[in-house]
Amino acid sequence: MNATAENYECGSYELFQSGQTLTVKARGVWTLLTAAQLDGQISSDVAKRTYLSVDYDLSAVSDLDTTGAYLLARAIKLGTAPAHSWDVTHGSSGQKILMRAAAEATLGHEAAPARPWFEVFVRVGVATSRFYTELIETLAFLGKFFVVLFRCIIQPRRMRWKAIVALIEKIGLDAVPIIMVLCFFIGAVIAYMGANLLASFGAGIFMVDLVGFSVIRELAPIITAILIAGRSDSAFTAQLGAMKMRQEIDAMTVIGLDTFEVLVVPRALAALVAMPILTFLGMISGILAGILVAAVVGSGLSPILFLNRLQEVVDISHFWVGMVKTPFFAIIIAVIGCRQGLAVTGSVESLGSRTTTSVVQAIFAVITVDAIFAILFYQIGV
Amino acid sequence: MLDIPQIIAPMEARGILTQFGENVVHENLDFRITPNEIVGLVGGSGTGKSVLMNTLLGLKEPEGGTIRYFGKDRNKLNADERRAINNQMGVLFQGGALFSSMTVRENIMVPLKEHTNISAQLMCELADMKIHMVGLPAMAGALYPSDLSGGMRKRAGLARSLALDPKLLFLDEPTAGLDPVGANAFDELILGLRDALNLTVLMVTHDLDSLYAICDRVAVLVDKRIAVADKLDVVQNYDHPWVKEYFGGPRSRAAQMAGTH
Repeated sequence: MNATAENYECGSYELFQSGQTLTVKARGVWTLLTAAQLDGQISSDVAKRTYLSVDYDLSAVSDLDTTGAYLLARAIKLGTAPAHSWDVTHGSSGQKILMRAAAEATLGHEAAPARPWFEVFVRVGVATSRFYTELIETLAFLGKFFVVLFRCIIQPRRMRWKAIVALIEKIGLDAVPIIMVLCFFIGAVIAYMGANLLASFGAGIFMVDLVGFSVIRELAPIITAILIAGRSDSAFTAQLGAMKMRQEIDAMTVIGLDTFEVLVVPRALAALVAMPILTFLGMISGILAGILVAAVVGSGLSPILFLNRLQEVVDISHFWVGMVKTPFFAIIIAVIGCRQGLAVTGSVESLGSRTTTSVVQAIFAVITVDAIFAILFYQIGV
Repeated sequence: MLDIPQIIAPMEARGILTQFGENVVHENLDFRITPNEIVGLVGGSGTGKSVLMNTLLGLKEPEGGTIRYFGKDRNKLNADERRAINNQMGVLFQGGALFSSMTVRENIMVPLKEHTNISAQLMCELADMKIHMVGLPAMAGALYPSDLSGGMRKRAGLARSLALDPKLLFLDEPTAGLDPVGANAFDELILGLRDALNLTVLMVTHDLDSLYAICDRVAVLVDKRIAVADKLDVVQNYDHPWVKEYFGGPRSRAAQMAGTH
């Protein structure tokens, strides 16, 4: 017991050698408590001796446990050559059993040496090839998802309407407050910056253009997508991952339920419904922030004037540019979340790393797709 | 070591009261384990075997009664004494409860790292010795729990519970989910370790074969208390409908036949 370890007489030993026999006479306490002091003593003492058998005299040992026995048994293996035989000449039967257990113990392989110098290159290589396989697998998953989705569309009775509605509530309705608040803040920040900057050369009215364009075309869709990636995508991965770990997914497969149909399609469809609505609410909230800032900052822009100007300069096509991206974001987020969830293996660690990967991939994919859309719209002149 | 006279029970519970809200699970429960014996704890489903085990382990505080470890009242221990006592107890949970982010060897090294100051090399070697003692192959040390079969996981869990050479070992359904060959081997292992390490073992079990093969005493949890805790032949003849049904059933007779051979 640790608290009073200092009171114990630490173990000690003497070695006698006669011919080919080494006698180890041990006394005192040979346990885990005293192991730190005893560790290494015997092994260094016997290292230069040559003998064929070892005799143990344990009659003076007051306490012996597996650790102590293990340290004593080192004498058998660590001479110049391993001893052929050993025996406990004096000692209790319990001590003999312990010594036998210790002497028979075999060691596993040493752990791999830590970090060779080229490890950084190895990691870069592994990460690169992993990026490639992840990409391929995600695309394959996407393809399989569309196949199942079309099957569900052709046979609508396969749709899990209840699950879809419940998920729309979770992904959509529950996220309304956070998305509106965040888009409001972003809209306000843009409006402030515009008001300050443009007013300095007398073009304060152009802040309406700035807020309108940026919020409607880019900010509302991307903020919504990133928030849903952080909020719902991680939830998808964690849910499906936990189900995988508890073998619920296996059970479903055996019962004859298609995992894609039951788990992936409802999530994707729910995201598909929720995302445009959330984005639209985000746009309204961002514009409201612009109106408020315009009125408060005092550049003489009344709400009516703001709205008039907004209708004049921001064409309806910009609204559709913002909106048309949202279904893509929704599918990407749901598919990545579900795929990572289903890729979880048995360990808790993989659940954690898959959830991280899932969120990172989803945000990465959202921004990449957004960039592709920007180039596309520029090319077709919208 | 503390000079503990042999007569002092490693664990003793007196007048335990456990209740969840209105629902009384244990009432006036007395239970005592004597050194170096293997006690089997049986009881019907829902009688609170697991709750009792958690209470005895200290994972749950009972609503009434006292628990003594090695003659010391659990509630009167200070933090250091409590830790020292805890190091004298090992637990094998039902699923093994191995830390899934670590290899088997690292799992066994966790208590060593936490409670001792020995070198990392020796820790590693001791872990390998424990792996060997519970009958796992040497290469199992480098594997993760998810790579192991159910039986191997139990053995690995046992190795971890033995890491600090406890005096008192709790086993929760140690043979549940093992095939008969594996279960027999596990029983043999417990017996062997008891003799080698001077262990006192409390096992919650439903495995009649284990009861007949290795338990010195059997404690029966019925009517919210330990109704009887004695040698198997005494328990078998105890006059209680559940006990009669339990030991009089066809499974019990088969196990008894096997046990006497």
